[in-house]
Amino acid sequence: MTTATPIAFATRYLMWPLIALLGAGALGGIAFNRGESINSLWLIVAAICVYALGYRFYSAFIAAKVLALDATRATPAERLADGRDFIPTHRWIVFGHHFAAIAGPGPLVGPTLAAQFGYLPGTLWILIGAVLGGCVQDFVILFCSIRRNGRSLGQMARDELGAIGGAAALVGVLAIMIILIAVLGLVVVNAMRHSPWATSTVAATIPIAMLIGLYMRNIRPGRVIEGSLLGFSLLLLAVFGGQWIDASETLRTWFDYDGPPLALMIIVYGFIAAVLPVWLLLAPRDYLSTFMKIGTIFLLAMAILVLRPELQMPALTQFIDGTGPVFGGKIFPFVFITIACGAISGFHALISSGTTPKLLMNEKDARFIGYGAMAMESFVAIMAMIAACVLEPGIYFAINSPAGLVGAQAAQAVATISGWGYPVTVEQMQTLAQQMGESSLFARTGGAPSLAVGMASIFASAFGSSLLAVWYHFAIMFEALFILTTVDAGTRVARFMLQDLLGNIVPAMGRTSWYPSVFLCSGLVVLGWGYFLYNGTIDPLGGINSLWPLFGIANQMLAAIALCVATAIIVKSGRARYAWVTAAPLVWLVIVTSAAAWEKLFSPELRIGFLVHADDLKAQIASGSITGDAVAQTERLIFNDQLDAALTAFFLIVSWIVVIETARICLAFLRGKQTPAVSETPYEPTQLAEG
Amino acid sequence: MESLLKVKQAGIAAWAALRELSGDDAFERYLQHHAVAHPGEAPLDRTAFFREEQKRKWDGVRRCC
Repeated sequence: MTTATPIAFATRYLMWPLIALLGAGALGGIAFNRGESINSLWLIVAAICVYALGYRFYSAFIAAKVLALDATRATPAERLADGRDFIPTHRWIVFGHHFAAIAGPGPLVGPTLAAQFGYLPGTLWILIGAVLGGCVQDFVILFCSIRRNGRSLGQMARDELGAIGGAAALVGVLAIMIILIAVLGLVVVNAMRHSPWATSTVAATIPIAMLIGLYMRNIRPGRVIEGSLLGFSLLLLAVFGGQWIDASETLRTWFDYDGPPLALMIIVYGFIAAVLPVWLLLAPRDYLSTFMKIGTIFLLAMAILVLRPELQMPALTQFIDGTGPVFGGKIFPFVFITIACGAISGFHALISSGTTPKLLMNEKDARFIGYGAMAMESFVAIMAMIAACVLEPGIYFAINSPAGLVGAQAAQAVATISGWGYPVTVEQMQTLAQQMGESSLFARTGGAPSLAVGMASIFASAFGSSLLAVWYHFAIMFEALFILTTVDAGTRVARFMLQDLLGNIVPAMGRTSWYPSVFLCSGLVVLGWGYFLYNGTIDPLGGINSLWPLFGIANQMLAAIALCVATAIIVKSGRARYAWVTAAPLVWLVIVTSAAAWEKLFSPELRIGFLVHADDLKAQIASGSITGDAVAQTERLIFNDQLDAALTAFFLIVSWIVVIETARICLAFLRGKQTPAVSETPYEPTQLAEG
Repeated sequence: MESLLKVKQAGIAAWAALRELSGDDAFERYLQHHAVAHPGEAPLDRTAFFREEQKRKWDGVRRCC
């Protein structure tokens, strides 16, 4: 230090201790507050301090010691520059791309569901999981991929762990896609069920996307900003126009459907979207949803900061004992499974390898982009948690509890929920539904409606309360827009992977533009997720109860595979003493996913264990308490339970195979035996000036 | 006067960043790259470039949950 002005001195020696103190104070305030409601500002301050400390110190340690980022080393973007995939890009631009790619509906839905335990467990896991787990995973995988010419997670798994690890990773990704699309489809279906306004708005997003696709292809080629702004105005018009459709007696019947027909429509839509050319639907929809996503998240952050609403949800609810109505299962391990993307998401490893690493201008930017973007995503999860917890708990539970559990009649449902100690009345729910422009808000499971109610009340108090219903449907449209983008894009990716797999057996199937193969593989993928989606809509327990944990287990399992690859690379690079950086979150994830999978398989609780639920239904048929038409439907439920159980067992086995392979290879390396060599590309100095 | 100039510069930078983030300037960047990497060859025109670009961009995992 050369010039010791008081301000320089203060920033150098006092700023970080003060941030640490502030963060610790806010966290302590959140954790030990009991009995009275707490302001959302506490959560925001705690979150920002935790991210700042994690970024400033932990990610710096990882960058310097564990990975040894080298600013003088040329990145793939520089060495392989082709003006298309490999483009040296400024770090802020890459950050924007990467954040837009990793932020999806996951961090919004997960915390909303986990709020049934109270705000504390979810919030703590979002913060700790992100700083020590998710951010580390994204950062390390990004680094590994940069050092391997932007190779994908599957390719790296094959190179570093051998054929078994590689195959497990590939099959795991395919299975996750299927479950992910099914559960997200269910979230949208539940948001549109018997809501002409929501359904017509979501339906309008399809022709709007196509119009923008045509505009950007034929009328004004490549004018992305223009096209997006035009589409954005049309989307707003669709949200606004939905209320006129809702008000018209004839028009509203065209858009008023129950869950199962809506599921069928999404299935048909998914197939068409997967075989249509990308420019017509997928690409323009992605532009629109990215604009909407970034804009709305920013708006929500502003509104929460301006408003600083009080949290109505207690810190902990009695449902940590596993009896919660939103989904069955104790706080351990289910809070860690439910939060998924806000804390650590295996899916991010697919973006951190493959797309993003081909853009970095300098290797040292990996810290800001990998670690930083995930911290921001985690902050989105904190905002979703706030939006869920500003609702009165009675209302939150009335919206999120399936009818099969609390009763299909409004009076019955409010009595059950009030009986838990969260008072709510039928009038209150009616008024709320009316304000939001919906016919009913009871049993709208899946998280999207309750998040939309939370967001609408925050937006309305911050920006004008007369538009509550419009804000609600804006929030629904915003969620549906990027969920449908995930449905389209996910189906397509799964189709490519399936074509790739089948291409090994019948070479013609691998040709991505051969129509018989395109139709067959798209159809198989759509049938796969469509099956789970449709059955989710007829499940008396609401579908989310079985599908979301399945998705969570699959997603965390993929994270475990990514951390296995990362740990193997760190060990084989001769840095085994730092392997705990990825090994510790790996061990935790393996414990959590194994415990959750075990419970989903063998728990004696009917709402948790798939097998015991199947046995219970069988016993009911055998004893004759189910008769007539209901028998066939119950047999279907039994089959679904068994299928879900088989899938859970499959996830469990795949993740353990990868973990054991990793342990074997790491031990073999440490004992000096033959292992697959580290596949890092050789050093080349960078020619680019400091950016 | 000087502060006004700064505001103007910041505005230009922000616009450029927005264009780059959204891919609005992809064609201009392509022309630049093409002129350096393949001198003498005729580049694609705007429409053809954008069609190629979209086809290529969507072959893989692009979005997360």
